[in-house]
Amino acid sequence: MQFKSKDFSEAERVLKIRKLKVGLTGRPDAAPVLNEIDLDIRAGETHCLVGESGSGKSVTSLAVMGLLPKDALEVQGGLIDLEGFDITAATHAQMRELRAQRIAMIFQEPMTALNPVLRVGEQIEEVLAMHTDLSGSEAKARVLDIMDQVHLPDVERIYRAFPHQLSGGQRQRIMIAMALVLDPDLLIADEPTTALDVTTQLQILKLIAEMQERHGTAVLFITHDMGVVAEIADTVSVMQKGRIVERAPIRQLLTDPKEAYTRKLLTAVPSLGPRMRRDGDGAKPVLEVAGLDMTYGGTGIFRKSKAVHAVQDAHFSIAPGRTLGIVGESGSGKSTVARCIMRLIDPTGGEITVSGKEISTLGRRALQPHRKSLQIVFQDPYRSLNPRWTVARSLCEGPINFGVSKAEAMKTAAELMELVELPRDALDRYPHQFSGGQRQRIAIARAVAMKPDLLVADEAVSALDVSVQAQVLDLLADVQKRFGVALLFITHDLRVAAQICDEVLVMQKGKVVEAGPADEVLLHPGHDYTRSLIEAAPGREWDFANFRALTGAPLTQGATP
Amino acid sequence: MTDTTRSTQSAFAALTRLISLPGGARLGGGPIIAALILLVIVVASLAAPLYVPYDPLEMKALSRLQGPSEAHPLGTDPFGRDIFSRVMTGGQVSLLIGVGAAVVSVALGLIIGLVAGFFRMADAIIMRIMDSLMAIPAILLAIALVALNGPSLGSVIIAITIPEVPRVVRLVRSVVLSAREEPYVEAAIALGSPMPKILFQHLMPNTFAPLIVQGTYICASAILIEALLSFLGAGVSTEIPTWGNIMAEGRLYFQIKPGLIFWPGLLLSLCILSINLLGDAARDVLDPRMKKREG
Repeated sequence: MQFKSKDFSEAERVLKIRKLKVGLTGRPDAAPVLNEIDLDIRAGETHCLVGESGSGKSVTSLAVMGLLPKDALEVQGGLIDLEGFDITAATHAQMRELRAQRIAMIFQEPMTALNPVLRVGEQIEEVLAMHTDLSGSEAKARVLDIMDQVHLPDVERIYRAFPHQLSGGQRQRIMIAMALVLDPDLLIADEPTTALDVTTQLQILKLIAEMQERHGTAVLFITHDMGVVAEIADTVSVMQKGRIVERAPIRQLLTDPKEAYTRKLLTAVPSLGPRMRRDGDGAKPVLEVAGLDMTYGGTGIFRKSKAVHAVQDAHFSIAPGRTLGIVGESGSGKSTVARCIMRLIDPTGGEITVSGKEISTLGRRALQPHRKSLQIVFQDPYRSLNPRWTVARSLCEGPINFGVSKAEAMKTAAELMELVELPRDALDRYPHQFSGGQRQRIAIARAVAMKPDLLVADEAVSALDVSVQAQVLDLLADVQKRFGVALLFITHDLRVAAQICDEVLVMQKGKVVEAGPADEVLLHPGHDYTRSLIEAAPGREWDFANFRALTGAPLTQGATP
Repeated sequence: MTDTTRSTQSAFAALTRLISLPGGARLGGGPIIAALILLVIVVASLAAPLYVPYDPLEMKALSRLQGPSEAHPLGTDPFGRDIFSRVMTGGQVSLLIGVGAAVVSVALGLIIGLVAGFFRMADAIIMRIMDSLMAIPAILLAIALVALNGPSLGSVIIAITIPEVPRVVRLVRSVVLSAREEPYVEAAIALGSPMPKILFQHLMPNTFAPLIVQGTYICASAILIEALLSFLGAGVSTEIPTWGNIMAEGRLYFQIKPGLIFWPGLLLSLCILSINLLGDAARDVLDPRMKKREG
């Protein structure tokens, strides 16, 4: 794998942070949110700030932008120096001048960062109007030029477009254009690609690198994704609980991490190499899906709305104890498949056979007994448990629906807490008292309490930090081994799919484009789309957990048929 | 998908709560004063029969339109009735109408709204009926009901409630519509929970916070509408004193004796102001939590 290796010690220092301390407003004695961090970024350098959620990455960026929420956080000491100018002592007016002119920022979610009721071209032009004396036509020419630089097609048309008319990638390009139109010295990118699909992510990362090259901008890039770090970083700072625990050039960090925490972070990154092949025992499948169709719209009393084919003609089956992964980008229809199987929505066609019984057309009452054998774990651990219910009540809900006595259900719940490695007294607590990973464990326990034949995990680890992700994946594997449950694992993340799937199904725009054993699909992809997905996976040639390149570079084999 | 934004946001929310919780400084003095004023008015009205010096209906031809004196602290009205006794007693019915209208419209609105939000088939029909109910002006409806049934407490409460119910229905329906998409509700469906359990145990509790806020506003506006109806002569019969009909009767003699309108008006204004302030405070306390849950 090619890492960046340019030496920046000669370059001009753009940002210097020394012993920066940020704490709760008015409470200097409380534990600080940022504890004496030091940071240097030089012109043209990309410095990555990595760490798990809550480590203080975003607070650092807000402090540099002078955007700390005043009633909650304040700078309690230290220095933020932007080319000789001390930001911690700046007035509002000074900061306003500084932003856009010399520091700019791009955010994770371009849809919420753009004003939905203004044309995107006007929004870029507004930046110019505020900070320059350009005439109307000059400003427009400049806007069209920067839009051209970020490779937006047909810039005249997009200039007049509203944010909702653009794709996520295009919106992020607009954000980048807006950030760079005044040619700032420092660009802060806070998880700019996290909300994007991998193929779009790759393009945006390339674009940021290209713009950086052209303008000599220093970039502070905040991310939790080690793959992205490997692709773009010159130097890296690892943050943990408000401190920078390690900083090093990228190659050194990935090959020879000094700190235990860095090692822990890196070993948790799942490898793109598929798991060892497990041979099935030829048991009868618990789930068979044949010709599944889900079409939205297409009907209407007054006028025919346009039909959207969310899923078209999907076929697959899962045997007990096996894991089938469905991978694809957003909008590929993978979650719709899950919801059809769970009968949370009614499929418009096809057959879903669970343990020999066709359930796709059963009514609510007839379906009830079959609910027991199908369970689901959702993506968002913050919303998948009723916030007003104790954990015990959530865990007992299902069994009680199927006639288990309250006492019996409580006993099972207590045993399940052991299985998911949570303390027994957790049963009497409410969801908000747990972390995201713990809540996801509770959600898994709730599903397992039903003793299902099939467990559907819909992006079940996507919202979690990598180290927590690894634990939850282990738990799922443990559950599978213990109960022989079949697992339908839906994910956009090829690394995760590679870790746990026996078979993989690749979906694109509602259609299954490729299916087969995981190692075959991931190592020798047959379809162009699968290949592009694999090639777009950041840091795919690096085996993070073993601090070395992936041996034999198995993934490039597939790329050359 | 946006886990980092969410975690930063919730971190900030947690921080602000940490700061604001000790001492409950966030609540401010306004709502506390409002609560005290309201408490005094409610207790004074309910206990009125125990301490008022005269029967509020007792007419005395010899002591008409007297000024404040030791015998009549606020003076007397054109029929020689004691204004103080009338105003304090009148609060009972005014408050009863406010609370009654609020409770009835919230209860009806909750039931109808739950049904409309949960059953798609019923939704279109119920909401069209609610739209047409909303088009009926409370005052015209009250005049019609009074014309049909004669002036009574029941007619007034019904007249105020009917146009309020659709507003509550819309509120409850919107909360149910967004809550039913929550993963925990879908998880409950997957767990085989029967429909009533999902409706009443998972969905209904989400509506309580906004309903408390809405209820206080309905209460305040009902007291005001009652006064307006009485003023127009379509309210509760004059044998039962309310703040509204005391003022209505006083309007002819307003120039000779402003107290006839001033005192009931003062209590009415204080009462509504306090209820609205409490409603605002309830919204401020309850809303951030809802926002947090939405993520």
